[in-house]
Amino acid sequence: MTAYLLHLAILTGIHIILAVSLNLIIGYAGQVSLGHAAFYGIGAYVSALLALHLGLPFPACMAAAGLAAGFCGLGLGLPTLRLKEDYLAIVTLGFGVIVDLILLNLEITGGPDGLVGIPAPVIFGLSFRPQPRFLALTVLLTLLVLTLAAALVRSYHGRALRAIRDHETTAQVLGINTPAYKIAVFTLAAALAGLAGSLYAHYITFINPESFGLHTSILVLSMVILGGMGSLAGSVAGAVILTVLPELFRQFKDYQDLAYGALLVTLLIFRPQGLLGGGQLSLKFLRKGEEGRG
Amino acid sequence: MSLLSAESLTKSFGGVVAVNEVSFAVQEGEILALIGPNGAGKTTCFNLISGLLPPTAGRLTFAGHDITRQPPYSRARLGLARTFQNIQLFGGMSVVENVLAGMHLHQEVGPLAALFPGRRVRRAEARQRQRARELLELVGLAHRAELPADTLAYGEQRRLEIARALAQEPRLLLLDEPAAGLNPRETEDLMALLEKLGGLGITLFLIEHDMTLVMALSRRILVLDQGRLIAHGSPREIRQNPRVIAAYLGEEAGAGGEGRGL
Ligand SMILES: Nc1ncnc2c1ncn2[C@@H]1O[C@H](COP(=O)(O)OP(=O)(O)O)[C@@H](O)[C@H]1O
Ligand SMILES: [Mg+2]
Repeated sequence: MTAYLLHLAILTGIHIILAVSLNLIIGYAGQVSLGHAAFYGIGAYVSALLALHLGLPFPACMAAAGLAAGFCGLGLGLPTLRLKEDYLAIVTLGFGVIVDLILLNLEITGGPDGLVGIPAPVIFGLSFRPQPRFLALTVLLTLLVLTLAAALVRSYHGRALRAIRDHETTAQVLGINTPAYKIAVFTLAAALAGLAGSLYAHYITFINPESFGLHTSILVLSMVILGGMGSLAGSVAGAVILTVLPELFRQFKDYQDLAYGALLVTLLIFRPQGLLGGGQLSLKFLRKGEEGRG
Repeated sequence: MSLLSAESLTKSFGGVVAVNEVSFAVQEGEILALIGPNGAGKTTCFNLISGLLPPTAGRLTFAGHDITRQPPYSRARLGLARTFQNIQLFGGMSVVENVLAGMHLHQEVGPLAALFPGRRVRRAEARQRQRARELLELVGLAHRAELPADTLAYGEQRRLEIARALAQEPRLLLLDEPAAGLNPRETEDLMALLEKLGGLGITLFLIEHDMTLVMALSRRILVLDQGRLIAHGSPREIRQNPRVIAAYLGEEAGAGGEGRGL
């Protein structure tokens, strides 16, 4: 029983990192990403492969996972986010599918079977295989990510990001380099998702593409929307609820997606700002053509 | 040399030529007005100058730089600021935060240092907040500083937009119908404010229908009609220009427009 609770706590921590990073994109930069799990997957596979094939120590694997996912985020964001139109939702959706296909079909990623025998983290000779220790590591990393995100949001960068979310063209008129901000946030969020992936891989010790598909992207998106876009505390709450609840209703597993769907629709109707969010829901790609007329 | 110059500036939307081969120059330190009937292309002109729309043809020079193809944020960096005819505040932010957003280009804090504020950073931010409050004082909104911007009355929102633009410390400030929707008292306050800004050496370029305000403030007036510049000159010359009178009277007879007070 304790083992199970520890397991849930560790998963929750990983989900918090994912939700908070996605919330930076959605709640602050006002962009919608539907492929966040792809960066999570890239982080998991890069970290696992480096550990398995090169025997790199865990901190190096994790750093590489963050860099690789961040680099992919930059590569995807650079051409997409400079455009006036918001294509990010579609591009990230496509990117998620492509990454999924690559993981399924490459030899090095083990195809549908994935990778097994990923070593547990060892830092300075201390193994984090025991669950309590892994939980401590997860909590530490989650707190670091939360601190970073809170600092970002509180600084003048956070104000610039909220300005972009509220009124992109007006933000530009004030001298805010909106493409640079959007690309930077998207890259940072992708890198953080990569870190979460690395953590997951070295915890669970076997991974396959199933954990990193559209289903997971939607789960993380649900956490952000449930908690409230633009609210970091909300993302934490959303991650906790959507990690714990499904476990309580395990016997209805087949209906899980249905339940998420129903939950999201109900929420969007009755409390569009989410549980803890103050701002309005701003799915900008749904309301085009308003801007440009001064 | 002029601060801003437009050469044969043209913008068409499909078949509509909203701005048609318009050329003009704005001199450093002057207060210049742009008038014309509704739909004449005035706002489109401002959108071209501030970079919200790409011109179909023509050239824009600001402070010695060719800005024709520059994005709005680069133009802001050169000292260009504007307000909007349909007010565009950041509604979710507080009043003072809107002004702080206008100071984005003047951060004294490095981008990374801002994330982990030490004492020096916090002091710099306190200075900016103080400066923002002074600007709110100037436009008479100091007592509203902490309220959400979208709770302000209409006239207050107009003044907040001006304060936010002033926070950019612009060399040229474009004002799109700043008196629209204001009552006579508020209009008088606005006039006093704009006079004060002119006195501070900020170059003002304003679109305005309130002719009392235009005639009192500006030495020079440009008149736009159906995308074309049909006249420019002193308030007295403009008032007596037959083409201007015709344009305004035509609109008055047709759509019952806004040529009031000419
Ligand atoms: N973004 C746009 N797309 C299409 N047509 C536009 C756009 N902006 C302005 N127009 C058209 O251009 C003309 C000039 O409009 P505008 O510049 O707003 O006039 P004014 O500010 O002088 O009242 C109008 O016919 C208007 O319908
Ligand atoms: Mg207009």
